[in-house]
Amino acid sequence: MSVKRLPALLLVSALTMALGGCTTLRGTGDMGVVIERASGSLQIIDTSTRQALKPVTGLGDLSHASVVYSRDERYAYVFGRDGGLTKVDILTANIDRRIIQSGNSIGGAISQDGSLVAVSNYEPGGVRIFDAKTLAPVADIPATFGNGQNSKVVGLVDAPGQRFVFSLFDAGEIWIADMSTPSAPLITKFRNIGKQPYDALISPDGRHYIAGLFGEDGLAMLDLWHPELGVKRVLGNYGRGEEKLPVYKMPHLEGWAMAAGYAFVPAVGRHEVLVVRMSDWQEAGRIAVHGQPVFVMARPDGRQVWVNFAHPRNDTVQVIDTESLQLINTLKPGKAVLHMEFTPRGEQVWISIRDEDRVEVYDTESQNLVSTLSADKPSGIFFTSRAHRTGL
Amino acid sequence: MKARGAVALLLLTTGVPVAVANATELGTQRESELIHLLRQDCGSCHGMTLKGGLGPSLLPERIGELPPAFLINTVLEGRKGTAMPPWKSMLSREEVSWMVEQLQKGIPHVR
Repeated sequence: MSVKRLPALLLVSALTMALGGCTTLRGTGDMGVVIERASGSLQIIDTSTRQALKPVTGLGDLSHASVVYSRDERYAYVFGRDGGLTKVDILTANIDRRIIQSGNSIGGAISQDGSLVAVSNYEPGGVRIFDAKTLAPVADIPATFGNGQNSKVVGLVDAPGQRFVFSLFDAGEIWIADMSTPSAPLITKFRNIGKQPYDALISPDGRHYIAGLFGEDGLAMLDLWHPELGVKRVLGNYGRGEEKLPVYKMPHLEGWAMAAGYAFVPAVGRHEVLVVRMSDWQEAGRIAVHGQPVFVMARPDGRQVWVNFAHPRNDTVQVIDTESLQLINTLKPGKAVLHMEFTPRGEQVWISIRDEDRVEVYDTESQNLVSTLSADKPSGIFFTSRAHRTGL
Repeated sequence: MKARGAVALLLLTTGVPVAVANATELGTQRESELIHLLRQDCGSCHGMTLKGGLGPSLLPERIGELPPAFLINTVLEGRKGTAMPPWKSMLSREEVSWMVEQLQKGIPHVR
């Protein structure tokens, strides 16, 4: 080798190192993250090989953490309980940016065009909006109501038209924030929507925003094609006169199931999944299940709905056939099943089992166990396919 | 049979305060289960570090000075009009009073 060629060689190896030492190109469509809630870390995983690739640590308090993805599916925005917002590069397994944006937060969303990230807060309440690239603050929306009290904000989702929609737990209100001019959000408020909305979801087409109510029976529904019609009550008579069981864990509506023309809803304080016909928003049935449902999630093709349950019955997962509305299987993955996530086209589902320190992967058709991964107190599982779905 | 069961239950419930005169007699295994429950299950509303979430903070700064009887009653019976459920079907009064004692003085290494 001649001496003259050496600098070029050095340059090449320096470049390789600058790219993280990674010489193999890969896409991110079969990647995701598993939150390890107790250790403030996450594992980057591959859904094709069903393996953990790399851990990322230093993410703060990740109890009740959630994740949204940039539309290039490279960055995971992790919303921590301690108000931390961390932008993780899942290709290099590095923290790209991290800020503490409030004292106590509950979840977040990314805007339709991918340029803004919004975080909903418990303390001091309200919604804060950041530049998705830099995490620089863009707008602050305090959730002030009544005589100047601040409300905890739940059920924050993105909606078409560069909007965010969210619910005020303490105020019983739903707000729409139009972010067309990022520095000057245009807020539309809907009051008296029901007592204590605890979470909400938006239908996959981005048309219907639905908040579950804890303080009374039923759901509050807003048709975003016709906001002028106001918020309507759905299943208002559901459970009237029946005594509720104590609720040891709030259900979630984020992964709410809309399949085969029905919406499948966790019943609050009851061992039931409610079935709502979406054509007229009337009750179409109730399915008796193992415990109080927490997540009720449809397989991407809508043929099955998988359900997990609240403490103390949280060792079980049940599978519902959406055509017959019958239970078709009951699985016992282990103590404290916290979350489920389907692969993009639904042939497998990943299930986190907190107290067993593992994640299990099931074939959805046979419901047989396919793989097991170890993880430290795993909670939420989030795949990059969420990047292109409204409300996720 | 039914009557005998009731008598046995009565003996058991009245027997408990005597047997558990000292809170540490819950046993270390049960105590560590209760700490796990505090972090993971109470934590699902109050935050895993117990500094608050949907429910208020349970750190000594906030609840340290409150009457223990009030806190014990809140845990056992729940609070109407809020999301706090009653835990009496799962926890005994002795267990709850031990948990309240731990919360009021602060639990080390709650992460």
